[in-house]
Amino acid sequence: MRKSLHPFVLVMGTGVFLFLLAPLVIILGAAFSDTTYLTFPPQGLSLRWFENVLAKQSFIEAFKTSLIVATFGTTFALIVGVPVAYALARYRSGLPSWYGSIFFLPVLVPEIVFGFALLKTVIVALELPVMTALLVGHTILAIPYAVRVVGASLAAFDFSAEEAAKSLGCPPVKSFFVVILPNIASGIVAAFILAFITSLNDVSISLFLTGPGVSTLPIELFTYVEQYFDPSVAAVSVLLMVLTVAVMVIVERSLGLSAVMR
Amino acid sequence: MSNASLSLEGISAFHDSNKVLDNLNIDVAAGELVSLLGASGCGKTTTLRVIAGFMQPSQGRVVLGGRELTHLPVHRRDIGLVFQNYALLPHLTVVDNVMFGLKQRGVSSSERRRKAMEMIEIVGLSRFVDRLPAALSGGQKQRVALARALVIDPPLMMFDEPLSNLDAKLRVDMRVQIRRLQTAGERTAVYVTHDQEEAFSISDRVAIMDAGRIVQLDAPEVLYKRPVNAFVARFVGFENIVPIEVVGRDGGDATVRLGKDTRIAMSEKDFGPIPDKALLATRPEGLQLGGEPGRAIPATLGLRTYLGRAYQYHCASDAGTLLAHGDVEKPQAPDQTAHLAINPAQSAILPYETPAASQEDA
Repeated sequence: MRKSLHPFVLVMGTGVFLFLLAPLVIILGAAFSDTTYLTFPPQGLSLRWFENVLAKQSFIEAFKTSLIVATFGTTFALIVGVPVAYALARYRSGLPSWYGSIFFLPVLVPEIVFGFALLKTVIVALELPVMTALLVGHTILAIPYAVRVVGASLAAFDFSAEEAAKSLGCPPVKSFFVVILPNIASGIVAAFILAFITSLNDVSISLFLTGPGVSTLPIELFTYVEQYFDPSVAAVSVLLMVLTVAVMVIVERSLGLSAVMR
Repeated sequence: MSNASLSLEGISAFHDSNKVLDNLNIDVAAGELVSLLGASGCGKTTTLRVIAGFMQPSQGRVVLGGRELTHLPVHRRDIGLVFQNYALLPHLTVVDNVMFGLKQRGVSSSERRRKAMEMIEIVGLSRFVDRLPAALSGGQKQRVALARALVIDPPLMMFDEPLSNLDAKLRVDMRVQIRRLQTAGERTAVYVTHDQEEAFSISDRVAIMDAGRIVQLDAPEVLYKRPVNAFVARFVGFENIVPIEVVGRDGGDATVRLGKDTRIAMSEKDFGPIPDKALLATRPEGLQLGGEPGRAIPATLGLRTYLGRAYQYHCASDAGTLLAHGDVEKPQAPDQTAHLAINPAQSAILPYETPAASQEDA
């Protein structure tokens, strides 16, 4: 039996949805405009800006960089973050209380400050290549998500199941893989998605770390908008939306979004 | 190997800097079920964790079937464990949970399925083989845990408060089932519980623990009749414990003083040897209203409660409040004076302790 919604809730809900979705609708419309400037409602229908974007080598390169940085940065963050989350959940009582907070610092420190600090150390002092610097920056950016989200699914896990597995003859490292991992898989997927999207969207850190010839998509868009005002930016945004929706659909089909975002 | 003898030799263990086990010695014979019984914090669970290998003792040895386990990691000890909260692997079905230990042992997949199904049938869960633990009741989960531990045919089974999360009726059924499987397989078992009735009902011997030590390790019948001190006596239901002092002896009869100045005669023929200073412990049913003055404790009746087979009275005596029983056919009004006859079969003479020390134990 469904409870009927109070009219006020209905009105507020609709309002919030409109507020959230309207800008996306405007971007969507603008992307298909035949004009040389951003406008809404679109005048004439055309795919020329999509053609323009896909033909533009700098966008393609920047998108590749973004994907590589987001994929590897998030993966490295999970390789560090999952064991950290495990240790924090398993040995909570034996660890000093500030220990867990360290891994949340990257979200607490203003990103501009963090980006600048990375520039000073990673690029200026250590003279690492731009790509490596981006990977370092985005790995650190993603760690809090990995630790937090995986930690949440570990908090609900009863570690006596791991002890039981050991007592049944399963060695410690193996028991992590056959007992813990299957039970936090949805948490890891959720952490990956969150961190991946955060990394893909990041401007402030990448701004300091990108250099000549290497740029991420948000930075490339940023630079582009400074010089041109044509609907290419809208077209790129639409492509990114499609990508995000596709990822969500795949996750929903394979795992169920509700299971992942629990 | 379905059973082996277990020895704990001089085990001491620390939690941070607190000594939680103090030079513990226990021998469990092959095929025997020994319970560790005590209040929380007495060291019973720590003992189990030391045997299982989850905790390292600072001193002493754990020997199972002639093989020293002390420094062996958990997964090489070959002990079947049943946990209080079941500890099933939540992502595996009933049959996969039961097969888990066999898989670790490299048993072929057809063989492990056969053995698992056989054990699942023994615990009566054949209808649920493909269910996940989340879809089972507490009692069913614990039977899966039991099957999972038994199927690896371990030389030692250990139970850590396995029935604490179940309701009262199920607890009794399950403990009978555990005892039946344990005796049928002549399995050596260590059973940790804080429930005296549970421990006494299914154990060959019970170790009563306090402050990291074993106070008394005996068959339930012996513990019930002959506790070694006031702590054990209280644990097994001797609710009246009063200090006595012999003030005169006449052959086999002793005149003892209890409280400030109550004197009664007690025969050593009935009670056994009575030292000059001792504690007299009696169960409530061991103090009966209507005793003979001179041999019974004078007291004033107070609160009366109905127990079905008798009335229980809270009586004020010179030695403090005593619990006594009276005839269920003849309820007595409060504030009367009565004499409480001491039934030697429901009493024990214990070594003297200062009231402070015996209170601390309680």
